[in-house]
Amino acid sequence: MADPNERNGDNERKSGSADDADLSARLQSLDARISQASAQRAEAEPRPRPTSNSSALGQAFRLSAEFVAGVAAGGILGWIVDRLFGTSPWGLIVCLILGFCAGMLNLMRAAGMVKAARYDDKR
Amino acid sequence: MASPIEQFQIKPIIPVINFTNSSLFMIGAAAVIVGGLLLATRKRAVVPGRAQSVAEVLHDFVANTLVDATGKEGMKFFPLVFSLFMFVLTANLLGMIPGFFTVTSHIIVTFALAMLVIGTVVVYGFMKHGTHFLGLFVPSGVPAWLLPFIVVIELISFLSRPISLSLRLFANMLAGHIALKVFAGFVVSLLAAGGALTILAPLPLLMAVALMALEFLVAALQAYVFTVLTCIYLNDALHPGH
Repeated sequence: MADPNERNGDNERKSGSADDADLSARLQSLDARISQASAQRAEAEPRPRPTSNSSALGQAFRLSAEFVAGVAAGGILGWIVDRLFGTSPWGLIVCLILGFCAGMLNLMRAAGMVKAARYDDKR
Repeated sequence: MASPIEQFQIKPIIPVINFTNSSLFMIGAAAVIVGGLLLATRKRAVVPGRAQSVAEVLHDFVANTLVDATGKEGMKFFPLVFSLFMFVLTANLLGMIPGFFTVTSHIIVTFALAMLVIGTVVVYGFMKHGTHFLGLFVPSGVPAWLLPFIVVIELISFLSRPISLSLRLFANMLAGHIALKVFAGFVVSLLAAGGALTILAPLPLLMAVALMALEFLVAALQAYVFTVLTCIYLNDALHPGH
């Protein structure tokens, strides 16, 4: 907090001094250059939305977790369905199989084989 | 030799209010973040010093990750995403200090963080888009007879998100810390075994040093992966069915 205040004080005391005008002019031109450069960078690389751009190790851990999570979610859903409707064991069986499919879908999405979760990209 | 999973035991510190070592390190992580950032940004200089540079790099890093994944309008979630990133990163790194408790090695902690993310996605998605948000589960361009299956599979796939998000962080931290402890335990056992085995003792020590470096990488990487996936899920809430 101390620095900007001090500078403001300085500004008032020797307002209009050549030093000050020079500094603010340089700051302004720097600002302009920075914004120009970052705009250029943004244009130059319109990056696709990343599913994962970490290292291979991170990717390997990610893929395994995606698949296990799909099966687990299917299992939990099936167990809940069975408890609610008393359809044991059919809810668990069907939902585990569907969970397996969902795990595969997760896996292929994480690996980028199915494009970013949206079928309707084709539209 | 101590059991490799003893380090994950939750011990009450103040039993009356259920204040455990886990709570202590969560508060510790929050205190380190708040204190560190306040100290680093205290001067607010135009030309940043060393500490302020670190704070600015962290801020820009998370902001870029968020904007890359969700676009400009995602910045309204910046406080949430930055807090999550800093908390996971700090908790992971605090856990690397010998004798410290690793908060993120408990699935209930990571699951709570993941539910916070998914809860935000669901609540914001319905607030912003109403029932249109459900379009997330109904892909177009699918034959009608296949649609019921696809919708159920999409639903399970969505439900599996908090599980995979929490499982990944939890499993990485748990496995890494157990591996470290096991190799460190080998050093002690081999030294105690005597004879020719004692000569072998430095080998697992080397392994433990190498694993330590790997664990630092994993600690930072998992915080980053958690953040990236948070951003991707938030993108679904902002633009469902795009």
